[in-house]
Amino acid sequence: MNKDLGNITNADVWVALKEVTDPEIPVLSLVDMKIVRDVKIDGNEVHVTMTPTFAGCPAIYQMKSDIEEKLRELGFEKINIDLSFKEPWSTDMLDDEARLKLETFGITPPTKHNGNPTSAINAEVKCPYCKSNDTTMENPFGPTLCRMIYYCNSCRQPFERFKAL
Amino acid sequence: MNKNEAIQTYLLALADDELILGHRDAEWTGHAPLIEEDIAFSNIAQDEIGHAQALLRIYESLGGNDPDTMGFLRDADEFTCCHFVQMPKGDWAYTIVRQFFFDAAEIIRLRYLKNSTYELIRELAAKIYPEEQYHLLHTQGNVERLGDATEESRRRMQRAVDEAFEQALGLFEKIPGEDVLIDEKIIPDSRTLEAEWLQFVTPVLKRSGLQSPVIETNGTVESNVEPLYGGRQKKHTEHLHKIIEDMQKVYRMIPGAKW
Ligand SMILES: [Zn+2]
Repeated sequence: MNKDLGNITNADVWVALKEVTDPEIPVLSLVDMKIVRDVKIDGNEVHVTMTPTFAGCPAIYQMKSDIEEKLRELGFEKINIDLSFKEPWSTDMLDDEARLKLETFGITPPTKHNGNPTSAINAEVKCPYCKSNDTTMENPFGPTLCRMIYYCNSCRQPFERFKAL
Repeated sequence: MNKNEAIQTYLLALADDELILGHRDAEWTGHAPLIEEDIAFSNIAQDEIGHAQALLRIYESLGGNDPDTMGFLRDADEFTCCHFVQMPKGDWAYTIVRQFFFDAAEIIRLRYLKNSTYELIRELAAKIYPEEQYHLLHTQGNVERLGDATEESRRRMQRAVDEAFEQALGLFEKIPGEDVLIDEKIIPDSRTLEAEWLQFVTPVLKRSGLQSPVIETNGTVESNVEPLYGGRQKKHTEHLHKIIEDMQKVYRMIPGAKW
């Protein structure tokens, strides 16, 4: 142990993790994304539980090593990171602030679905640029697992929608 | 076979199906007929391989080898995937029909596994289920469009259905040890899954203008072809050996290398 960890609280760790951004959506942190689920400090050891957005999300390894790096900066030497599928990740977990950040970034936020993501498939999709609802789905798949491709008939721009899950 | 072994056997069969089909789907990356489909199939491949990995992590938690060892250091005759997923990628019609048949089967299976009495399986199924709904949305839509588009698309789609139907039934070949797990309500009976699958795909094919080899009587649908079995018993096609060789080549070149 190279630092005195005695004063570091759970809250400090959460604050630090709020600076670790999602490698695919740099305007949101892993805390905003609700990917970090739990933090437990045990002496000079720290346990973090995280959950993937999509089961096959390849960015999870990058996220894991980014979290590790941040916790090492805080002074932790023993870092345990577990993956859990308990209470599977859902886009309904994203709060209004996170949604606004997504929209500003140019991605239509995921439609709220109350546990039934298929209900979101045919929902109205607002263009993040001109706010028109006159949009068409081009592809239910996109540049990353969590995004779909749309086209705005009003401002004639392609854009991405965060997939409701 | 005790309960743990039966769970491992079951998980491995599902993971092998996902891994091999995911690899087949990935063969379209850079080669699909449209850029949109290139993206779609690359995503689907990534999802399926991710599902295989997640299933293999549960397998590992029961005392098995880790996912990389299971995927990359096992010989073809140790795999338990069905023949259906081993078949070469074929033309685009076959690819769409195969993925549609597979997605439908997976959705039906997951609907049961979401209520499994085995916690890790229940959690993972709940996680994967909505992801698979997007696959089905895409592949079913494509079947409906291509089934009735042009004379050539109809002909090719029908040929694909004729070819894939008996293969797809291999998804429901009984997995060794199933009975123990059915009794404990950990998994559904393969016969139930097959019946529901036939009920689901038949009307979709029909409204796409495609014929399926089934006999319909008073609301029940029965298959009229002999299912292509063998995979769950580790009896495989030559195609599996080839794809495993491709898939494992780099990993085996320098075992344990960090990339
Ligand atoms: Zn617009």
